[in-house]
Amino acid sequence: MNWIGVKAIYLHEMDRMRRTIIQSILSPVISTSLYFVVFGSAIGSRIPVIEDVSYGSFIVPGLMMLVLLTQSISNAASGIFFPKFLGTINEIYAAPLSTFEVVLGFVGAATSKSIILGALILGTASLFVEIYIAHPFVMILMLVLTALSFSLLGFLIGVVSSNWEQLSLIPTIIITPMVFLGGSLYSVNWLPVIWQKISLINPVLYLVSGFRWSFYNMSDVSIVISLSMIFIFLFLNISAIVYIFSKGYKIKF
Amino acid sequence: MSTDTLIKIDNVRKSYAGGFEALKGVNLEIKKGEILALLGPNGAGKTTLINAICGIVIPTSGTITVDGFDVVKDYRKTRSLIGLVPQELTLEAFEQVFQNVSYTRGLYGKKKDPAFIEKILKDLSLWDKKDNRLRELSGGMKRRALIAKALSHEPKILFLDEPTAGVDINLRRDMWRVVLELQKKGVTIILTTHYIEEAEAIADRVSVINHGEIIITDNKADLMQKMGQKMLTIELQETVSQIPPALQAYKLSLIKEGNALTYSYNSQAESTGITTLLQEIKQAGLKLKDLQSSQTSLENIFEQLLKESA
Repeated sequence: MNWIGVKAIYLHEMDRMRRTIIQSILSPVISTSLYFVVFGSAIGSRIPVIEDVSYGSFIVPGLMMLVLLTQSISNAASGIFFPKFLGTINEIYAAPLSTFEVVLGFVGAATSKSIILGALILGTASLFVEIYIAHPFVMILMLVLTALSFSLLGFLIGVVSSNWEQLSLIPTIIITPMVFLGGSLYSVNWLPVIWQKISLINPVLYLVSGFRWSFYNMSDVSIVISLSMIFIFLFLNISAIVYIFSKGYKIKF
Repeated sequence: MSTDTLIKIDNVRKSYAGGFEALKGVNLEIKKGEILALLGPNGAGKTTLINAICGIVIPTSGTITVDGFDVVKDYRKTRSLIGLVPQELTLEAFEQVFQNVSYTRGLYGKKKDPAFIEKILKDLSLWDKKDNRLRELSGGMKRRALIAKALSHEPKILFLDEPTAGVDINLRRDMWRVVLELQKKGVTIILTTHYIEEAEAIADRVSVINHGEIIITDNKADLMQKMGQKMLTIELQETVSQIPPALQAYKLSLIKEGNALTYSYNSQAESTGITTLLQEIKQAGLKLKDLQSSQTSLENIFEQLLKESA
């Protein structure tokens, strides 16, 4: 194992976060704060409490998931796409690094960034609404696994994208709608029965539901199913990356 | 494989999905400690060959070994030995010079060594720019930064892909000084270029590549002697429309719109034929204005080789 090489990529990517602190940290924190002000305080004050939880508190896990998913994907995707675009990726190809080490460096950094961001959102939320965490261990586990899974997905998107448009295509037309329709701002039980059934095909629903369970002990689906889903998703992403690298698809020519 | 062979390229082919064959069975041995110039026009396959050795391009068939290790199977060993200065000025924009050069060292699994990085940057006259962002550097400075990165992990082999494209005379001089110092330390250097003067000035051996094939590999001096002809230019007082039949045997060429004749000869030969040629020119009734002789440069040899291989 070339641990020094992995560390070099990891720190290099983390440093990008430091250099672009406004874009990578301030912007998601501000936009999430706006959600709390608008949905939590203004609109939320007109929505009755849900199982003893105010609407403002209710949406915290969902909003954390929203940020976690979108930021993990965009960080990991741009992390690998930038060097491809600039041509500096050749330096990594020419270095004595295995595929696993390269993925570890890039995805490790993207995951770390998302976890830091998740913690910041949680901190920001606690300034606006009352929060308690019923199952801290499950909460941290879900935070880490979600950040990791979606960073892997983002890395994959960054690898297969040939241009900027493709890079933002999947996050914009698939991930964002999935997060909004996955119950991040509402409980699917509030929907008509037919839409409740349709919502069950949305994998994000299971993440949001499980994450909310770790906070308030309330969920749309069983926590066991939520945790199983995240492990399945993680496994699928790892398999896709292994497959793509073994074929060399859009990686080396 | 002779004992001093460091890189052995054996029947390497590279074809792309569209059917284009960039390398058509390349065979080449590169010796330990030499400076080899890989000469060829644009699109000849120079960069593809280098990238295949460095692990950036995967050959379709054939094998490449570096210090006895296969570049695909034992990539960690081979890549650790190699430093590559790419042709394009591909650099991150916002990172600082010192930091970025240290990053490359890290990628190669080498522990931090600020003193060593400082030395490289000083050697390349980049030390005063160490805290500058890479995008603030001029083209020449970017080239220096790329060289510094390639040297950051103390490679035993250095590839310079078109190092002097768009580079001013100072940098060229600095670069050759660094290259020759590295050679003294035992580093093997392979440079690609389409500037013949470069090969002529610095290389020990020259390999000419065209259309994905190596045409010839030889010591620079031998190549020049073998193929190097001298040329005599005979300027005439009056224009002629054709070469007189009596002079056919000399294979002269008519140049400058009939104002001059050229004669190629081997200066190493026992008889150059110049004396008799001049006598026969006089007998043919032509009057001389001036005489010049010149050595064929590597450039002429190169052109001739490319013409033959076309």
